[in-house]
Amino acid sequence: MSYLLTATCAVPAAGAVLTAALPAGTTDARRRTTKTVAVAVSAATLALAALVAVRFEPGGTRYQLTESYSWIRSFGISFSLGVDGIGVALTLLTAVLVPLVLLASWHDADPAPAPEGTFENRRRTQGFFALILAVEAMVIVSFLATDVFVFYVFFEAMLIPMYFLIGGFGDRAGGADSAAQRSYAAVKFLLYNLLGGLVMLAAVIGLYVIGQNQGFATFDLPTLTGAIADGKLVIDPVAQKALFLGFFFAFAVKAPLWPLHTWLPNAMGEATAGTAVLITAVVDKVGTFAMLRFCLGLFPDASKTFAPAILVLSLVSIVYGALLAVGQKDIKRLVAYASISHFGFIIMGIFAMTSQGQSGATLYMVNHGISTAAWMLVAGFLISRRGSRLIADYGGGQKVAPVLAGTFLIGGLATLSLPGLAPFVSEFLVLVGTFTRYPVVGIIATFGIVLAALYALVLYQRTMTGPVKEGVRHLPDLKLRELAVVTPLVALTILLGVYPKPLTDIVNPAVDATLSQVHQTDPAPAHPVAATTGGEQK
Amino acid sequence: MTGWLAAAGGNSPSIPAPHIEYGQLSPMLVVFGAALAGILAEAFLPRRMRHTAQLVIALLGLGGAFAAVVVLAAQGHGTTKAGLLAMGAVAIDGPALFLQGVILLTAVLAVLTFAEGRLEPRLNGNTVDAFAAQAAAVAGGEQEREATRAGLRTSEVFPLTLFAVGGMLLFPAANDLLTMFVALEVFSLPLYLLCALARRRRLLSQEAAVKYFLLGAFASAFFLFGTALLYGYAGSVQLGDIADVVSGVAPVTPALATTTQNDALLLIGLAMVSVGLLFKVGAVPFHSWTPDVYQGAPTPVTGFMAAATKTAAFGAFLRLFYVAFPGLRWDWRPVMWGVAILTMVVGAVLAVTQQDVKRLLAYSSIAHAGFILTGLIATSRQGLAAVLFYLLAYSFVTLGAFAVVTLVRDSKGEATHLSSWAGLGRRSPLVAAVFALFLLAFAGIPLTSGFTGKFAVFQAAAAGGATPLVIVGVLSSAIAAFFYIRVIVLMFFSDPQPNGPAVTVPSPLTATAIGVGVLVTLGLGLLPQYFLDLASKASVFVR
Repeated sequence: MSYLLTATCAVPAAGAVLTAALPAGTTDARRRTTKTVAVAVSAATLALAALVAVRFEPGGTRYQLTESYSWIRSFGISFSLGVDGIGVALTLLTAVLVPLVLLASWHDADPAPAPEGTFENRRRTQGFFALILAVEAMVIVSFLATDVFVFYVFFEAMLIPMYFLIGGFGDRAGGADSAAQRSYAAVKFLLYNLLGGLVMLAAVIGLYVIGQNQGFATFDLPTLTGAIADGKLVIDPVAQKALFLGFFFAFAVKAPLWPLHTWLPNAMGEATAGTAVLITAVVDKVGTFAMLRFCLGLFPDASKTFAPAILVLSLVSIVYGALLAVGQKDIKRLVAYASISHFGFIIMGIFAMTSQGQSGATLYMVNHGISTAAWMLVAGFLISRRGSRLIADYGGGQKVAPVLAGTFLIGGLATLSLPGLAPFVSEFLVLVGTFTRYPVVGIIATFGIVLAALYALVLYQRTMTGPVKEGVRHLPDLKLRELAVVTPLVALTILLGVYPKPLTDIVNPAVDATLSQVHQTDPAPAHPVAATTGGEQK
Repeated sequence: MTGWLAAAGGNSPSIPAPHIEYGQLSPMLVVFGAALAGILAEAFLPRRMRHTAQLVIALLGLGGAFAAVVVLAAQGHGTTKAGLLAMGAVAIDGPALFLQGVILLTAVLAVLTFAEGRLEPRLNGNTVDAFAAQAAAVAGGEQEREATRAGLRTSEVFPLTLFAVGGMLLFPAANDLLTMFVALEVFSLPLYLLCALARRRRLLSQEAAVKYFLLGAFASAFFLFGTALLYGYAGSVQLGDIADVVSGVAPVTPALATTTQNDALLLIGLAMVSVGLLFKVGAVPFHSWTPDVYQGAPTPVTGFMAAATKTAAFGAFLRLFYVAFPGLRWDWRPVMWGVAILTMVVGAVLAVTQQDVKRLLAYSSIAHAGFILTGLIATSRQGLAAVLFYLLAYSFVTLGAFAVVTLVRDSKGEATHLSSWAGLGRRSPLVAAVFALFLLAFAGIPLTSGFTGKFAVFQAAAAGGATPLVIVGVLSSAIAAFFYIRVIVLMFFSDPQPNGPAVTVPSPLTATAIGVGVLVTLGLGLLPQYFLDLASKASVFVR
C-alpha cells in the first residue's frame, strides 16, 4: 500500500493549518512569508499530483494506488482512496489551478487601510490563503475517495471554507453595499448547497440501510457497485429512483444545473476573481465528477430512466445560461452565466450515455477549468486595475494594455470553443456523442456555441476595442506575477487543443468502465437506410 | 431490628431489611454525600473560604463519582454484570452507566463555569460571579444593595448543583416509576432555584424560575398521576413487571383484579407519564417553557440545564419505552412520530425568527430533541446506541456554546441580543471561530460531533423503517442550518456596532470548559469510533 494519495490530500491540509498559524500579517514582509508558504505548499501538492499521474497506468485496474484505513467501523466506513482516469485528470486540474489562483490573488487579502475606530482583522491574509488550501485538500479528497461516506463528508465540509472565502473577501470593485451583497451571496451559496447536501445525506443513509439489509453494511464504492452490477445487491426500482434523485439533486446544485443555478452568479460576482475560479473551475467540478462516479455507478437503471429528463434540463442550462450571459452588464456575472452554459454541456455529455459524450464531458471539465481560469483571472486583473466590474466602464483596452487584452481574447476564444484551443475538442466530442443517440438534443445544443461566440466576442469588443475610455487610459499592462499566472494557462489551452491524446488516454478506459456499469454501449453506426430515419435508439 | 420487631409484635410479618448494593450505587452516593458536605461547609465555614471550599467539594464529588462510574463500567456492570439493585428500584446497566458518565462530565464543566469570577467587573474590590449576591433579597431593594456592597456570593449554587446532579444520575437508572418520580423531583427542585439566581436582570430570572416551577410542577403531577394509573393497570410500579403484564405473562394481583389489564388505564397512564417526560426533554407541544427559562436563567445554569437535563430525561425516556412498553410499540409509535415531526419542524421554524442568542439556542435545543426522538422511535439496539452517542455529543456542544455566550458582554452584562453580536469575528476572531464551530456542530456539518450524532440517529431511524421521519429530519436540518448560519454571517460579515459588546477574557475555569467542548466536538467528529463502540456496547437495558 502506498501513501501517495493520502500525501496528496494531506499536504494541502497540513499547509492550510500551517498557513493559518503563521504570525499575524502586520507587515508586508510577514504577509509575503504567508503567501510564499501557501504557494510552496500548493506547488508541492502539484508535484504529488503529477507523481500520481505518472504512476497511474491507463490500461490497469479501475481504481489504482488504493489505500484504506478503518475510520468508523460501526457504520462500515473506511477512509479509502483510489484513482481512476477521471480522478487523475481532475486531481491534476485542481493541483495545477490552485497555485495559479494563489499567485493571482496575491494582493486580494491585503488589509485595506482601516478607517479610524474600525476593527481590522490582522490575520486576514493568513485566513485567505489557508482557506484556499483547505478547499484544495477537501476537493482532492472528494476526487480520490472510493468510500461514499468519505466523499459525502468532504463534499459537504468544503462548503464551510468556501463560504468564508466568498463572504469574507470581496474584490473591492463593488458599490457601497458590497459587504451586504457579499454576505448575501455567501449565504445563498451555503444554503443552496447545504440543502442539496442534506437531501443527499438522506439518500446516503437510505443506501446504507438497503445495503445493510442485504448483507452489504459498507460504504465502499467498488464493493457496492460490484454487488449492484452482479445482482447481489438489489435496490428495488422505486427506492433506486428516490436515491438517485437524492444524490443527483446535491450534484446538480453543485454543478450547477438549471434551475438550481441561481447561487452561482451571485457567488462568482461578489467573490474575488481567484475565489470565483476556485468555485467554477474546481469546486463545481466535484458535482459533475460525482454524477459520473456515483449516480451512474450506484444507480445504473435509474440513471437511464432519468437521462432524457436530465438532458432537457441541461439543454435549458446551455441555452438559458448563454442567453443571460449575452445580456450581462457585469464582467464576472457574464463569466458565471457562461459557466452555467458550459456545465450544461458537461451534464449533457454525461447523460447522453455514449463513450464519446462521457469522455468529452470529462475533457470538458478539465478544459473548462483551464480556459475559464484564464478568462476569469485576466478579467480579475482588469477589474482590480479599474475598480469596476461594469462592462460599460471599459473601452479601448487593447491600445493601453495589449498583453492583457491579448490574453483576455484567448480566454474568450477558448470559451467559445475556437478550433485549435482545448475546449473545442471536448465540446465537439460532447456534441457528437449526444448526436449519435439524441440527434435533436445535439442540434439544439449547437445553438449554445453560436451564443457563446456572441457573448465572448461582444465582451471583448466592448472592453478592449473602440475609443479609449476615460479611466482606462492609464491602465498598466500585465505585471510579471500576472504573466506567470496566465502563461501556463494559455499554454495548456493551446497544448490540449492541438494534442489532447495524453489526457484522452488516461480518461477513456475509466469512461468505458463507467459506461459498462450502466450496461450501455454506443449506438451502432447508423445504417445508410436508418440514417434517414434517425439512428437506432437504445 | 427484625428480631426486635418479631419479639415485640408477636406474629406480625417481618419486614425484610432492604438489601442495598452500595458499591454499584456509589456514583450517586458520592454525589449526594458531597452535596451534604457542601451544606455543612455552607453552615460552618467562614464566608471568605466558602466559595473555594464549595468548588473543591463539588469537583471532588463529581470527579469521585465519575471515577466510580468508570470502575463500575470496567468491572462489567454495564454489560455482563448489569443488574437490578436496591430491591429492583434501580438498574445499573450499560445505558445507565453511560449516561451517568456523560452527566458527570457535563456537570464538572458546568461547575467550572459556575465558579467563573473574572467576567463580572469587580465590585468594591470583591470578585463576583453570575449569581445573585443574596438570593433571598428583594430585587432592587435595600437589602440587595447592602449584600452587593458587602461583596456576597451565592456559594449555595454548588450544593444545589450537586443535588441536581444526584437526581439526574438516578433518573436514567430508575427502574420503577416511583423512584423515577423521586429522581425527577430531586433534580428539578434545585434547578428551579438555580434558575432564579441571576445577578443581573434578576426579575427576568425570577420570572423564568416561576414559569419553570409552575409548568414543571404540572408536568410532575401528570407523571405521578400516570404512575398511579399504571399501578392500577399492572399492580406494580416496576418497569419489568409492567412489561410482563402488558405482554400477559404475569399473574394478576388479586387485590387489583378489577382494574388490572384494563387497557384504558394503561394507555392513559402511559400518555400521562410521557407528558411528564416530554416536558423535561422540551418536546413540542410541551416546549413552551424552554425559551423563557433558557433566556432568564443565569447563562452557566442554562448551559448545565440544557445539556444535563436533556441527557437525564432522555435516559429515563429510553428506559421507560424500551423496558416497560416495548410490547406497546404499535400504540405509542404513531404518537411519537407526530411528536418528533412537530418538535423538529416547530423548533427549527421558530428559531428562525429569534433575536436573542439564548432563545435561539433554546429553540435549537427543541429541534435537537426532535432529532433524538427519531432515534428513540427506532426501538432497536442501533437506535439506543445512536441516542446515547447523540446525547454525549450534544451535551458538550451545548455547554460550550453557552459558556461562549457568557463571555460576550457590555456594560449591562451579557449581550445576548443578536444585533450586538455583529462583527464579533473581527474583534475577537478566536471566540467567534469557537462559537462558529459549535454552531456548525449544531447544524450537523461533517467533521463535527453533531454530524456523527445526526448520522447515527437518522441511520437507526431509517433502518427501523421511519424513512419519512428521516426526510423531515434532513429538511428541518436545512431550516435549522439557516439560523445557525445567520449568526455566523452576523459575527463575521457584518460591521461591528460602535458601542457593541466586547469579549471578556475568562479565567482558566471557563476557558477549560470551552476548550474541552471544542476538543470533544472535533474529536467525536473526526474519530468517533471509540465512543460509538462504547455506546453500542452500553446499549442493552437490564430488566
